[in-house]
Parts: sequence; C-alpha cells; structure tokens
Amino acid sequence: MNRQLPITIYVLSLALVLTALTAGRAFAQGPQPPTDDEVNAVAKELFCPVCENTPLDVCPTQACRQWRDQIRSLLAEGKTSDEIKQYFVDTYGDRVLNEPPRTGFNWLAYIVPPLVILLGALSVVRTLKGMKKPVVVSPAGGADRSEARRLAEDDYAARFEEEVRKRK
Amino acid sequence: MLAQFGYGTLVLSFVVTLYAAGAAMLGVRNKSLAQIESARRAMLLTFPLVSLTALVLITLLVSNQFNVQFVYEVTSSSMPTYLKVTAWWGGQAGSLLFWSFLMSAFASAVTLHKWERDRELLPWVIVTACVTLAFFLGLNIFFENPFAQLYQTLDGEIGAYTFAPAGAQLFQPVDGRGLNPLLRHPGMIIHPPMLYLGFVSFVIPFAFAIAALVTGRTDDRWIRLTRRWTLWAWFFLSFGLVLGGRWAYDVLGWGGYWGWDPVEIAAFMPWLTGTAFLHSVMIQEKRGMLKQWNMVLIILTYCLVIFGTFLTRSGVLSSVHAFAQSAIGPAFFIFILATFSISIRLLIYRWADLRAEAEMTSMLSREALFLFNNLLFMGILVVCFWGVIFPLVSELFTGQKVTVGPPFYERANGPLFSALFFLMGVAPLSAWGHSTWQTLGRALWKPTLIATAITVFLYFTYTEKPAALLGFFLVALVLLVTVYEFWRGARARQQSHKESFFSALNHLTARNRRRYGGYIVHMSMVLMAIGILGIEIFQKETQGQLQLNQSLNIGGYTVTYAEIADFHYRDGHDVTRATVKVYRGDAYLGELAPRIDYYYTPSDIENTLQRMTIPGVRSTLADDLYILLVDWQPATATSATFKIYVNPLVNWLWIGCLVFLFGILIAAWPDKDAELVPARAKNKAYQSSAADD
Repeated sequence: MNRQLPITIYVLSLALVLTALTAGRAFAQGPQPPTDDEVNAVAKELFCPVCENTPLDVCPTQACRQWRDQIRSLLAEGKTSDEIKQYFVDTYGDRVLNEPPRTGFNWLAYIVPPLVILLGALSVVRTLKGMKKPVVVSPAGGADRSEARRLAEDDYAARFEEEVRKRK
Repeated sequence: MLAQFGYGTLVLSFVVTLYAAGAAMLGVRNKSLAQIESARRAMLLTFPLVSLTALVLITLLVSNQFNVQFVYEVTSSSMPTYLKVTAWWGGQAGSLLFWSFLMSAFASAVTLHKWERDRELLPWVIVTACVTLAFFLGLNIFFENPFAQLYQTLDGEIGAYTFAPAGAQLFQPVDGRGLNPLLRHPGMIIHPPMLYLGFVSFVIPFAFAIAALVTGRTDDRWIRLTRRWTLWAWFFLSFGLVLGGRWAYDVLGWGGYWGWDPVEIAAFMPWLTGTAFLHSVMIQEKRGMLKQWNMVLIILTYCLVIFGTFLTRSGVLSSVHAFAQSAIGPAFFIFILATFSISIRLLIYRWADLRAEAEMTSMLSREALFLFNNLLFMGILVVCFWGVIFPLVSELFTGQKVTVGPPFYERANGPLFSALFFLMGVAPLSAWGHSTWQTLGRALWKPTLIATAITVFLYFTYTEKPAALLGFFLVALVLLVTVYEFWRGARARQQSHKESFFSALNHLTARNRRRYGGYIVHMSMVLMAIGILGIEIFQKETQGQLQLNQSLNIGGYTVTYAEIADFHYRDGHDVTRATVKVYRGDAYLGELAPRIDYYYTPSDIENTLQRMTIPGVRSTLADDLYILLVDWQPATATSATFKIYVNPLVNWLWIGCLVFLFGILIAAWPDKDAELVPARAKNKAYQSSAADD
C-alpha cells in the first residue's frame, strides 16, 4: 500500500500537469471568438450596398446584421481587417468602402478639391495684390492721415478705437 | 371631389403666378405702372390661392381620404391629428407644395408694400419670385400631384391618376401606410419647415440681387433692403440644420448627430455660401468693395438651395439611373442650369458697373481677412460639393458606384475649419482699411499667450493628442478675443456714459446689434467646437452581449443589464425596452431604458414594418452616456446586446446651438428701420405742418 502511494501520486500529478498543459495549449492556440468591438471596428469602415449612407457598424437592418456575422466568421478564421475589406470589395464592388479607393479615375475625388482651392487662393492673392495700391509715405503722412480719417468717420470700430486711445 | 378641387386651385395658382411674371415683364417693357401694379396684385393673389390648395390637402389628410395616393402614403387612421397635419411635408408631393406655400407667403410679404423708393426693383423681384414659384407649382402639377387618386383599372392594376382612366374604378384602401415613424419625432416635425423657411427666404435677397442687376442699380441698395431677410434666412437654415442633428442623435441610433450624409450636405452647402455672403456684404456696405463677389455668392446660394432640394427630392443620390427614371430630376436640372446661366449672364453684363469703389491697402486689413474667410468657406463648399457629386460622376463615366464617406470630408474640412477658427480669432482685432503685423500683433499677443497657457494646462491634465490640443488652442483664442471685444467696448462705454458695467454691456450690444450679435454667434461657434472636438476625438464605444445582471465597462462607467420587457401600444406599435443600471465607480447613477420601437402597418397594398432604435441617454456637461439596445433573444429574453457610447463634451454642442440662435436673434431682431425712419418722420412733420396750416 505504502509502496503504491508514490506511484499513484506520480500518476495523478502527471495527469494533472498534462491536463493543465493541454488546457493551457488550448487556451493559447484555440480560436477565440472575436468580440463585438472587433467586428464593429471592421464594420465601421464599410457600407453595405443597400442601405444608403449608413455605416455598417450602426445599420440596424437584417441584411447588415448578416454582413456583421460574416465579418465575425472571417475574423474567427484569422483574416485581417484589410483582407476582410478586400473580400467585400471583391464581392460587391468599390462602393462598400467608405472612401473611393485611390486608383485610376477615383484619384479625381482627391485631386479636384485641393486644386480648386489652390486656384481660389491664388486668385484671392492676385486680387489683393492687384487692388493694393502703393502706399505713399509722405513725411507728414498727409495723404495717409486723411485716408485714415475718412475711414474713421464712417466706421464705428475706428471711432471706438479713438475713444479707447483717448481714455488711456 | 375635394381632391379635384385641390388640383383645380393648384392649376389656378400656377396660371396666376405665370401671369404675374409675364405682366411684370411687359410692364417694364411698356413702362406701364398699371401693368406692374397688376403683376403685384397677381403676386399677392398667389398666397391665398396656394394656401387654399394647402388647406384642401390638409383636409384630405385629416379626414383619412385614403383614396388620395399622398394621404394613403403618409397617414394612417390611428395617427393623431397633429401628425396628420404635419404629414403634409412628410412626403415628396406635399413637401413640394409646402415649398410653394412658403415661397408665395414670402413673395407676398415682400411685395405687400409698393416700394415707392425702389420702384424700379419691384417688377424684377416679382419676376424672380414668380418664376421660382411657378417652377415648384409646375412640379406639383406635372410630376408630383398631391391630389392624384388611386384607381383600379379594368385589368385589376391599382395606380395613381390625376384624371380617372377610362373604365377605372376609384380604389378605396381601408387604411393608409402611415407616416414613417422616424418622422414622428418632434425634431423631425419642425426640422423640414425650418430648413425650407431658410431655403425659401434666401430666394428674396436673390430676387433683389437679380433686380439690381437687371435695372443697373448696382449700389448696395439691394443689400440694405434684404439685410434682415438674409439674417432670418440664415437663422432658419441654421436652426433647421441643428434640429436635424438633434433628431439624428435622438432617433437614428448611431451615437452621433452628423454623418456627412449627402442629404445633410445638401442643406449645409447653401448655409456655407449664405454665411460667406453675410460676412462679405459687410465689406460692400463699409468699403464699397467685393460687389461682384457678393453677387456671385447670392447667385450660388440660390442655386444651391434649388440644388439641395433637387438632391433630396429627385432620387439622384441613390443612383443616376433613378434620376433618369423620374421626370422630376431632369426638370430640376434644367431649371438650375437655366437660372444659373441667366444670372451669370446678367452678372457679366453688369460686371464693369460693379467695380470696387475703394482699394485694398493691406493684406491684414479687416476686408482682406474677410476675403480669406470667404475663401475658406468656398473651400469647404468645394469639398462638400465634390464629395456629393463624385459618386454620380464616377457612376456616369465608369459605371462604378463609389461611396464618399465621413473620412473624406473630415480629412479635407478639418484643416479648413481650423483655419476659419483662426481667422475668427484674428479678424475682430484687425482694423478696416489698414492693418500691419505690428498693430495686429499688439492686439493679439495677450490672448495668444493666455490661450497657449490654457493649452499647456490641458496637455498636462486632459489630453496629449495634438489635434485636440490645436483645437482647444483655437477655441480658447476665439473665446478670449471675443470676450475681450465685449469687455473693451463695455469698459469704454462705462467710462464715457458713467454707467454700470452690465448696463454698458447691454447698451453697447443694443446699439450695435449686428456687430455684437455676430460676436455672440462667434462664441457659440466656440461652444459647438468644444462639443465637436469632444465627440470626434474622444468618443469611446463598446458593444457586448449581456446576460441578466452582467455588466459592460466603458470610460469609468459600469452598465448592468437589469431587465427587458415588451409593451404593446394602442396605436399599433410595439416597444421592446431594456432597463440597465448605471454606475460610476461604486456610485449608483440611475437607470436608463434603451428601446426599440416597431411600427407595423398592415395595408391593402403592402405591409410595412419599420423599427426605430431609441437610445437611453444620460447627459451631463462632461459627457453623454449613450446606450443602444442592439439585439436580444426573444425566446428567453435572458441575454441582450448593448452598444454603448461615451460622448465627451457633446452637450456643449447643443448649448452652443442655443447661444447661436440667440446671437442671430440679437442681430436680426427687427427694430426701427434706419432707412424708413427719416421718411416717416418727414411724413409726420409734413402732416403736422399741414394740420397747423
């Protein structure tokens, strides 16, 4: 009896260690179901082709729920966010992305606004330069002074500045 | 019978409107005051006529005449009466009629008095207003008849017809489909009228601008005459946008208030040009500059108003093919093209007359900074416009539909809005006419220093994110400059008038309402920006499936799922409501009840089921806890999925909106019109002297 005890303990502890090890391995390697937050993080950047302008993560329709389930299973298979997006693009076209992809014709989406704004800025600066007359600085400041006075007369702000200056 | 009568008054309104436009033009050509007066009276007549048409439609709506297609589509017998009335603008045909109703009301208000001083402008104001009105009435008559009735033809098909097809029987559905439940929210009841009020009232300054161009009265008279109209138009449009945002936050259940949806942008674009216009007219009034540019802005605003209505009404957004299928799309398109090209043609014709009277003397002067402000507003407009139409362009040329979503707009508009804020901080300190780096620097260094100190403080206590810090710096700068402006003005007045500080502040604002009303609007922008920074940069979200008494943790809150229950309401809608308990740390904060409402409408033609996700919200100045019931297990009801957002600072957005409206009210509230007072006084003097005689 006494002789058998150490063996029993040995076997038992071995079993325990093995169980712990396998359990640990399962815990470390087994597929952990993706959380809702992980699903939403991907869904946020997608639009389903049916619901106009509603991002997938907040769309309440049944179809969109199925899409989110699909994302979940793709995540569970170990797919990355980019791979999943590509999968949806391949299946449904570019419109599922929340921005036009930066390819070919779509570059226009990104080029046109800055170009137009730049042109606008240039024309504003040109207008300002063109309107700007050379300021004649006479020693007495005569012309400037009278211009300033003329402005002061019709402008409340300038009158007000004057007031403040006087009171200092 | 009543429906046919309504259609009759609609057609009559259309004819009278066309007559008014025609008579006004003829009157100008024949130099006949009688003809112009006749046009004016016809214009005035459109209002009672369109009102009568609207009244007929409302009667049909309220009395459940479901054989009228429009009534069938937007009401059901279980809806309360007030909702049946507001269902007027709950569908396409009705909302177009609502547009016409407002247009005729405003045009009548403007032409109610005879404009003795500005007689030459009057006929062209009538023409512009009537052409616009006729267009919208025409849409109702030819494409979207709100009085069309349902008929069953011999082969059994049910369809809507203005006139009964041969052999067809009037079809009487038992009940209507009911108003889309999303549109039953109070915000959505007021939101479209506000937006439309804003849209339509921008037509008035445009009409005066066109009148000024045609007649060659290119001084700033048209601007002075319409200044208050413009401010009110801006008020309504802004209020409409705000209500739309609030509605989205309360009802749409996606944790935000603005999603860069094309429909939102459609209303935002005229707001951008309108805001730019409000700023740049000041330069024309003060300095006689930018006359051409102001014309461009008001023309753009008008066209964007029509374009916005077109985008939301033609179905073009879902696809260019939908646009081609509905007749209303091409009609809008042609109208926009025609009005735009005629306006631009007129502008080119008067281009030389609209030259500036003064010159820019400094790149840092107030007027130059205003010009940059305009550039930025136009920049945002370009981004928005291109973002909205790019999917259509892409579909047209490549056949591929793409989505232009929030990241596109946020990336492009973020810097532009920041620059606008910077200008908002700098411009009030610059002087008209001449400003230098030194004068500007002297005024600016103190607020800049304090704003920097605040930013540094926030860096150590609140956030390290650069975008947020930049945002907070700009916000602080604008706030300081604006408060400083008030303080400086009130102090000066206090000393010169020997008043208390607050009465000085009060009088100062009362005496210069446009200026200080404007500053209040600037301050409201600061508050709104705080809210926007909060939600854009610091929003947190999580989602999870909970068993009863399980919890989710987010941003210091603990949310525990307590119970779920179904309710059946008498008006036929069902509600599934979850109750959660909210804790912060160990402190119990209370219960919230996110829910889903189901509206099920059985009907003869098709059954509909619509659902609304209503969040449970706990709102404080620091943050909003916003909980959505996403899903649950109906069989056992033991587990449910919740989505929880923490939206920091978002309440400041709504507070800012209130301050914003208050600021516009201060600036726009009618007072004794400076233009009319002398005339009236003279009149009185004349009368009294006549009496003395």
